[in-house]
Amino acid sequence: MKRLCSHCGKSFANILVGREDKYLCRCCFFEYFEDTVHRTIVEECLLQPGERIAIGASGGKDSTVLAYVLKLLNERYYYNWDLWLLSIDEGIQGYRDDSLRTVEQNRDDYNLPLYTLSYSELYNWTMDQVVSQIGRKSNCTFCGVFRRQALDKGTEKIQANVLATGHNADDIAETILLNLLRGDHARFSRSVMEENANYRMSIDSDSKKIRRVKPLKRVYEKEIVMYAYFKKLKYFATECIYAPFAYRGHAREYLKSLERIRPHSISDILYSLSCISLEDSKTRVGQQCIRCGSISSQNICKACLLRTSLDRGQGVLAVKRSGMAILSKNTVESEIPQTVSESSTESNIS
Amino acid sequence: MPQVELQFGGGLESLTGGNKVVPANFSGEQVVLGRVIDWIRTCLIKEKHEYFVQGEHIRPGILVLINDVDWELEGKTSYVIQEGDRITFISTLHGG
Repeated sequence: MKRLCSHCGKSFANILVGREDKYLCRCCFFEYFEDTVHRTIVEECLLQPGERIAIGASGGKDSTVLAYVLKLLNERYYYNWDLWLLSIDEGIQGYRDDSLRTVEQNRDDYNLPLYTLSYSELYNWTMDQVVSQIGRKSNCTFCGVFRRQALDKGTEKIQANVLATGHNADDIAETILLNLLRGDHARFSRSVMEENANYRMSIDSDSKKIRRVKPLKRVYEKEIVMYAYFKKLKYFATECIYAPFAYRGHAREYLKSLERIRPHSISDILYSLSCISLEDSKTRVGQQCIRCGSISSQNICKACLLRTSLDRGQGVLAVKRSGMAILSKNTVESEIPQTVSESSTESNIS
Repeated sequence: MPQVELQFGGGLESLTGGNKVVPANFSGEQVVLGRVIDWIRTCLIKEKHEYFVQGEHIRPGILVLINDVDWELEGKTSYVIQEGDRITFISTLHGG
């Protein structure tokens, strides 16, 4: 039984857009999707006309769709954005080398400049080497910390002050759920605050700090995959060879199963999230890592701590909570003890 | 005996030996999509069945399209397949 598009009423519907019980034809779906992303950008002041924007590009569905839509909106609304693809090479053979080829394809198809930065040049460690030292249990922790900083450094290198990533509504709900299930109070608060403070941060940010924006935050994974499918966008769809062991996978499966019973689960979680208000914690005072100069809540940033632990062959220690404390103490004590207090006072004043 | 074309994407092709397109014939009248899924699970996929079906349901996170129409608009597993139908399965679970 064919149904007509609930928007134009002319063509047959192709996709059910779950949360609003809309069923749209291909053309109306494209319009709906692009409009949703555009409204997110405009309403939350995510991107300013004429600025240089780094797009975190992995070659996967989300970043491919993000690059495509940003380019399209740029041309449609004459934003004069200077769009760059920024890719991080984690050094995972048989996974990242293949997906990087997809990013190169994006570069050619969309005619955007590409800048690639690798873990080995930044940290002197590839993920393959990390895994060979610490095994497959907490490797995603290393990769996550390293990637976050690598994206910042890459954004700096290409002299952009905003980094756009392909996180979608499902991803955000997943992260919230993950931190809740783990009972990780600090990270839960941080992720809640990050989502809710985006608007304020992008308005009154000082020019030095890199803004992180998520233009796809209001669209769902299903919509992204459908968009890529109907637009015939080429993306890389292989699971990272180390990911099946990550805890995140459980949150993901759980969320997807919830969605089957209750299609509105994801928007429910996101709604709850927007209702949480937390007091700004003191640890968020931005200071610089005394080693690498990155923004950090501690004297030495997490990436530097993890790297030190690897250099010492103590990577496994670093991902245990008690081990991290010991390591952090040792690292701070053994290096530049005098400047620690000075630099922290300085950054408190500024 | 409706003949249909099955398509696999978004990483699911790794379950069918890298084949993105698989033609299939079904005997009998009123063959529903549920039976097609059952056939894929038992006859087409050789290992890691849980990546495709969990319990009696298709794995959450896999999108299904019938002739490019979201199966949620077509009655899902109760849809009666027609000669020449193109049925597409796409995983949303891989990478970002």
